[in-house]
Amino acid sequence: MDLLKVAEQTFAVDNEVPDFKAGDTITVHYKIKEGEKERIQMYRGVVLQRRGAGTTETFTVRKMSGNVGVERIFPLKSPFIDKIEINKFGRVRRARLFYLRSRTGKKARIKERRF
Amino acid sequence: MQGLIGKKIGMTSVFDDNGKNVPCTVIEVGPCVVTQIKTAERDGYEAAQVAFDDKKEKNTTRAMIGHFKKAGTTPKRRLAEFMLDPGETVNLGDIITIETFNDDTWVDVSGTSKGKGFQGVVKRYGFKGVNDATHGQHNRLRAPGSLGASSYPSRVFKGMRMGGQTGGTTVKQISLRILKLVPEHNLMIVKGSVPGAKGSYIVIEK
Repeated sequence: MDLLKVAEQTFAVDNEVPDFKAGDTITVHYKIKEGEKERIQMYRGVVLQRRGAGTTETFTVRKMSGNVGVERIFPLKSPFIDKIEINKFGRVRRARLFYLRSRTGKKARIKERRF
Repeated sequence: MQGLIGKKIGMTSVFDDNGKNVPCTVIEVGPCVVTQIKTAERDGYEAAQVAFDDKKEKNTTRAMIGHFKKAGTTPKRRLAEFMLDPGETVNLGDIITIETFNDDTWVDVSGTSKGKGFQGVVKRYGFKGVNDATHGQHNRLRAPGSLGASSYPSRVFKGMRMGGQTGGTTVKQISLRILKLVPEHNLMIVKGSVPGAKGSYIVIEK
């Protein structure tokens, strides 16, 4: 396993990401290529989970788009991620928040973490 | 050297220059020791036998200990023969490292595929089975179907594809692109998958 990490590190691109966890509300600034042009799209929602390790780590962000829940999975080390902003720290009791999928409205709220 | 012996470390994925997520396999390649040289006069062809990965002397037969001693090296686990590069000469006991490979070229990788036991035709040969679970079907979902015609030929032809032991055979994956070489750690990163389990021995050829 160690050599696998060594190999991954030779490809590592240092895109600094803040330390966020499941339950946090974040905005992902994602670069989108349209033909030759490149623009940045913002995607804001609640982090449902972070999974994997090393270059293959991903995180899932869920947001409500109108009435429809939208989930998007981003690779953490993707070169298309321009920036990740933390908007709110959430206080949750588990690492995977799949229970949010079956909740809407007031029930889908997450308490804010205080420091 | 036209190839080397290596060990599969595992798979991961990396982002290439275009930002594409590329699946890749990490292989530990060499260093290998030349243990025997085949010459045209004696053997009818030119090649070199190399050995990889140490093993204990107590687990080695006397005959093999003698073979390794001739090359001035310790007992090794895996042996393989490779042709030499044009104009290359090697001597017994020479150590061949990953540097025989060049970045951004293609290699063929062969190894023993993972054993899968006795499997039916759907997994083994990609038969479709009967695609209906309903419409009067019963027990037929993964069945092979007909084996041939009836009174002529009145037999099943040899080589008819049926269920049986799957995997555990030597498989060669051809034209894998070398994404990166890491000579400090003897690592090669190729695009795509490689036969076998993690830690199994594989042969990498140019």
